[in-house]
Amino acid sequence: MSQIVNHERLEVEGGQGDRARALPALGPALSALAPLAALLAACLFFAVRSPRFLSGANLSLIVQQVMVVGALGVGQTLVILTAGIDLSCGAVMALGSIVMTDLAVNRGVNPILAILLGILTCGAFGALNGTLITRIKLPPFIVTLGILNVAFALTHIYSGEQTINNLPSQLIFFGNTFPIGGTDVTYGSVLLLILFFATWYVLRQTAAGRHVYAVGNNPEAARLVGIPTQRLLLSVYAIAGLIYGIAALLLVARTQVGDPQAGQTDNLDSITAVVIGGTSLFGGRGSVLGTLIGALIVGVFRNGLQLIGVAAIYQVLITGVLVILAVAVDQLARGRKR
Amino acid sequence: MIASDSRPIMGAPDARPTPVLAARGLVKRYGAVTAMDGADFELLPNEILAVIGDNGAGKSTLIKALSGAIIPDEGEIMLDGRLVRFNSPLDARRHGIETVYQDLAVAPALDIADNLFLGRELRRPGILGSVFRMIDKPRMVAESRTAMQDLKVGIRSMRQAVETLSGGQRQGVAVARSATFARHVVIMDEPTAALGVKETRMVLDLILRVRDRGLPVILISHNMPNVFEVADRVHIHRLGRRVALIDPRSFSMSDAVSIMTGAMSGEQLIPTERQAHRSD
Repeated sequence: MSQIVNHERLEVEGGQGDRARALPALGPALSALAPLAALLAACLFFAVRSPRFLSGANLSLIVQQVMVVGALGVGQTLVILTAGIDLSCGAVMALGSIVMTDLAVNRGVNPILAILLGILTCGAFGALNGTLITRIKLPPFIVTLGILNVAFALTHIYSGEQTINNLPSQLIFFGNTFPIGGTDVTYGSVLLLILFFATWYVLRQTAAGRHVYAVGNNPEAARLVGIPTQRLLLSVYAIAGLIYGIAALLLVARTQVGDPQAGQTDNLDSITAVVIGGTSLFGGRGSVLGTLIGALIVGVFRNGLQLIGVAAIYQVLITGVLVILAVAVDQLARGRKR
Repeated sequence: MIASDSRPIMGAPDARPTPVLAARGLVKRYGAVTAMDGADFELLPNEILAVIGDNGAGKSTLIKALSGAIIPDEGEIMLDGRLVRFNSPLDARRHGIETVYQDLAVAPALDIADNLFLGRELRRPGILGSVFRMIDKPRMVAESRTAMQDLKVGIRSMRQAVETLSGGQRQGVAVARSATFARHVVIMDEPTAALGVKETRMVLDLILRVRDRGLPVILISHNMPNVFEVADRVHIHRLGRRVALIDPRSFSMSDAVSIMTGAMSGEQLIPTERQAHRSD
């Protein structure tokens, strides 16, 4: 007992070290609560400025508007937690959406099978990303930049630049709505929430999830305790790919077409959502629920500014400021620990 | 080296206990460079064996071979008198050899309990664990607390992130992790290199406690006063092999340094083994 007391006294004595330790202790709480506070503040602001903002129809619209980027953000969060980045997510999603709509509409494939094949195509590209990163040891930025171009080109070659219309009902099911308290909610919104909570559960409550954080936080330590880090990274990119496939399905359901032009800026938008949600680009810190909040913040700003009549270009401006603010908060919260 | 050779490692006839971990004639070459040149090694039960040597003497190659991080080109490793072969660090860990690294091999953003059980997470009983793969956080926290209390590392909450701890406490987490899971040996590779004076004191106390709990410790260190304070025996490494195995109570630090740098020969200090090795 005297030993314990002794050590604690010893800690208190180290005055300067003490302050350095108090700051990061605050860090996790700050980076988790700041996005939520920002979201609530933004909602409050727009609710005061526009009576339509808080209507059920408008809130449902915001969710639909962030649905695709939110789903991509789930995969992007997994990748960024491992200290990686995925620039290819939007292009891979677009390819998946063209594959599933083309197979179902033009090749007479059973729509459910077409959806699965579209999702698997995205998963395969995710696995390709992961293979190049883990086997050939290329940086994620370069690999996914290359795959971005490959997937983009394949999308246009495969589709012949044609938009695919007249989708069977199974492909647009998640765009259908059901009423909750007088507001129409899409099934897609429900799928998105399930995706977020399932991913949150895996990251927070399972060993595999803890390993994702460990690999992003200190890959060498993870390897030394026996975590198969390369296999884990490969799985993360492959699973992220499958999630982009689900995003493709949500995209198709929302737009009701297979559009080869879709998703071209969604890679950066998904990274924006992840970063605003408080996940560190350096890996190992953050939460997928933060990404949901981050996506909603962007959605609320776009929607709210539109409602109060601010020109669209200011929405982009504010998004840019938010991103830098979020990264600055992350840096401050982590102090000089790295 | 002949694998079927079943003579005791130490050719001496006296009734010494079987070494917990021993190695003979380890060789490791990297191209033209020979990092290990017929190195021998012996760790007895309940001892702290310090391994010292100048930079480039090949200590870390030896330790990597013993902890499974590299596979030696030649030579044999015996655990409890039985021939073993480690193909990976995980392999060595499965044999009950745990390593604490100098660069604080912990994940700073994860909490203490997560770090202690990293890679060996406990799962909830029943369907939550088997189907939903849910980790048993309460049990991990409780067992971490016990492990940390056993080693007298004074930390209040096992749910605080490791980055909120001081360097010594972080090393305490790494030592507790090793001591909890090691069945045979704890290897500590420069555990105090990154630490200040007070924290070094704390980690030295930890090392003594680990030994007192019955686990032999291999301590790799550059710090002579630390080595001479805690070690029961000192293995001196030079030019890729063991040149002496001394009792720190009968040798001075400057003797050890002389042997380490080659100013004094250490050959006569481990005679029986040298002969046994040469006769092969």
